[in-house]
Amino acid sequence: MSPRAYDVIIVGAGIVGAACAAECAKEGMRVAVVESSCVGGGATAAGMGHIVVMDDSDAQFALTRYSQCLWDQLADDLPPECEFRRYGTIWIATDEEELDHLRRKEQFYRERHVPVEFLDERALAEAEPNLREGLRGGLLVPNDSVVYPPCAARFLLERARDRGAVIFVGRPVARLDEQGVTLRDGSFLPAGAIINATGTWAPELMPGLAIKKRKGHLAITDRYPGFVRHQLVEVGYLKSAHAHEASSIAFNIQPRPTGQLLIGSSRQYDVESSDVSHAVLARMLARACAYLPRLAELSIIRTWTGFRAATPDNLPLIGPLPGHEHLYLATGHEGLGITTSLGTAKLLIAHLLKRPPAIPPEPYLPSRMESLTCVKSSL
Amino acid sequence: MRLQRFATEVLVIGAGPAGLAAGYTAVRSGRHAILVDENPAPGGQIWRGEWTTPRSSEAALWFDKVRRAPLTILTGIRVIAEVAERTLLGEDQQTAYEFRYKTLILATGARERFLPFPGWTLPNVMGAGGLQALVKMGFPIRGKRVVVAGTGPLLLAVAAYLRAHGARVLMIAEQAPLSRLLWLGRGLWRFPTKAWQALILRGRLFDVPYRSSCWPLSANGDGRLQSVTLQCGSRTREIPCDYLACGFHLVPNVELALLLRCEVREGCVRVNEFQETSRANIFCAGEPTGIGGVDLALVEGQIAGYAAAGRPEAARALFPQRDRWRRFASRLNRTFALRPELKKLPDAQTIVCRCEDVPRGRLEEYRSWREAKLHTRCGMGPCQGRICGPAVEFLFGWTMESIRPPIFPARVESLIASPEQGESVWR
Repeated sequence: MSPRAYDVIIVGAGIVGAACAAECAKEGMRVAVVESSCVGGGATAAGMGHIVVMDDSDAQFALTRYSQCLWDQLADDLPPECEFRRYGTIWIATDEEELDHLRRKEQFYRERHVPVEFLDERALAEAEPNLREGLRGGLLVPNDSVVYPPCAARFLLERARDRGAVIFVGRPVARLDEQGVTLRDGSFLPAGAIINATGTWAPELMPGLAIKKRKGHLAITDRYPGFVRHQLVEVGYLKSAHAHEASSIAFNIQPRPTGQLLIGSSRQYDVESSDVSHAVLARMLARACAYLPRLAELSIIRTWTGFRAATPDNLPLIGPLPGHEHLYLATGHEGLGITTSLGTAKLLIAHLLKRPPAIPPEPYLPSRMESLTCVKSSL
Repeated sequence: MRLQRFATEVLVIGAGPAGLAAGYTAVRSGRHAILVDENPAPGGQIWRGEWTTPRSSEAALWFDKVRRAPLTILTGIRVIAEVAERTLLGEDQQTAYEFRYKTLILATGARERFLPFPGWTLPNVMGAGGLQALVKMGFPIRGKRVVVAGTGPLLLAVAAYLRAHGARVLMIAEQAPLSRLLWLGRGLWRFPTKAWQALILRGRLFDVPYRSSCWPLSANGDGRLQSVTLQCGSRTREIPCDYLACGFHLVPNVELALLLRCEVREGCVRVNEFQETSRANIFCAGEPTGIGGVDLALVEGQIAGYAAAGRPEAARALFPQRDRWRRFASRLNRTFALRPELKKLPDAQTIVCRCEDVPRGRLEEYRSWREAKLHTRCGMGPCQGRICGPAVEFLFGWTMESIRPPIFPARVESLIASPEQGESVWR
């Protein structure tokens, strides 16, 4: 094998790695993807697959909005098993304070030309008859959608493969450096650029990276078609998503095309075990019942956990690793990796090909915070 | 949501032979014990429906002993999750139950193994034990033409039962080769009760052809079963029938043991000589430790009961008896081992996972259960892989890696019934 057999090697075949692979292959690069376990087996497998525009910061908005447009462009090509549906999100307010929050959210989206519809108490009840009475209102964001992430990751990888990408699955990486990737079996894959898209595992390959594991629980019901029609999220969700205390819970439920209901969400720092915690599960389900009382009678058929790759400022790390010419990062997407995978891939391509990106890349640059990337110089 | 709390010294899950023996032995040794079972009455699979009208003298004996003992038996309750240290959560149709224990005995039995073959999802193709259970509940079988196929001693028992209830059993198709069956038969002199049972069963089935090296290739019919095509030695033959009762021996129910992080190896719960699992104070008896039948289950249950009650010497006295039945079990399991040809039964279109309609062809490209599950949904339905899991394991050699609560589909209200408040009552 000649030196630099690949223009780019992507480590990690989750949704982010798969999106990067598809994008790089489309640009005619010689691409390899190296995955230690299976395609879409990490946070991609565990997540809800909610494609959602977020308003918590301009940077988060820009990336989620841009990515959502990319998903919309991709939608017609997605095979049926990706289960892409434009269900829309309804953000729900329970009291006066949350109603103010909802109004601010509405204004935020309107100013940025995101279609939204305010639902008063009655309109909300009509839209979602199983919600309890007495909720103050909802904000419908009709363009938000859902997807089944493992199959979406697979689809993107297959696109890459069709354009010549080489996929190594079940091949753990021992280390990476400026020259290439050394696999645990001893083989060495030389490359011009290396993208670390390994989610929560990123620090294992780049020690010192400021990525923390943030555990989440999810539960799925048996089939109850029509029980909810949109993804329903409490407007206080961000309080939970941004709370940096040990654990937090927020109501978040999603209808699946199978008629099943996917119920979240929980966030926990400093938990290593992937076991389902009954206490967390019970709190999460109780929270959902507080919004949807009839949910109590429905059957849960499975529960699971996953780990989000969280950064201190809640924004992903997309771009070159400071001090390293050939190493790039595409990780730290926390709970938004499915949504932002496509935008991440576009930003990375812009870095690799030194092209102007479609959105300002600065907020996501790994260099934005010294402390974020105190990666050992041994790399 | 109602929540009932129980606390006990010895909690036994499963009221089949192993669980009944364990619970009875524990209370007779002076311990407070509670026995929980998901079925409407005690008896497990083998003594199903016999609690009020026992058919076997063994069932009658044990039911009688248990009735006289101060043993609390709670039926119709499924254990679904562990909510705290030494605390299990269960539910029935209306209520959630919390069980606190000092010592736990798992006697969760076994279920039938199903193997997919073309047509196996047609209406009227049933599990052998499943059809028997239906008939016990009054399902009309009189005059119906039934083919019983698969492997294991259960086929004979089911055929005899169906015949006694008026079914026309056309054939028993046993996949094991004659040489194995003869080898088993030659060893039976050491187990006279088993030899006698086999003779009686055979007597009841005197006019029913029993074919060895014979297995179903396909179930045929338009919308419902009309005939079954069998491989009989080197020939194939088609038999018109109304029902096909299929069972490929048994699979231990180890889900609860796995949930409680007990070591499970090759599908069986690992136990020490006192039936204690890798986790202290959790014992396991009967089929989950390895398919062994009712006699082994009874003796393992008693050993677990004695050990849980702190009477190791009484337990030790039963070891020789257990050894004997283990030898018998190992002969049975070797006899009825699945032949590799059965792996070729399902074609690319044959459904493997019935819950999610996943055909074999879609599974071929994957390398592990998890990978296949993520990308095809195989095993993600309400049966939680109980049916397709053992089939997939046989076909592809994949094993399910993990188990998560709830181990059966459970109502949300049961899962949120708070485990933290209030004091448990001793009952």
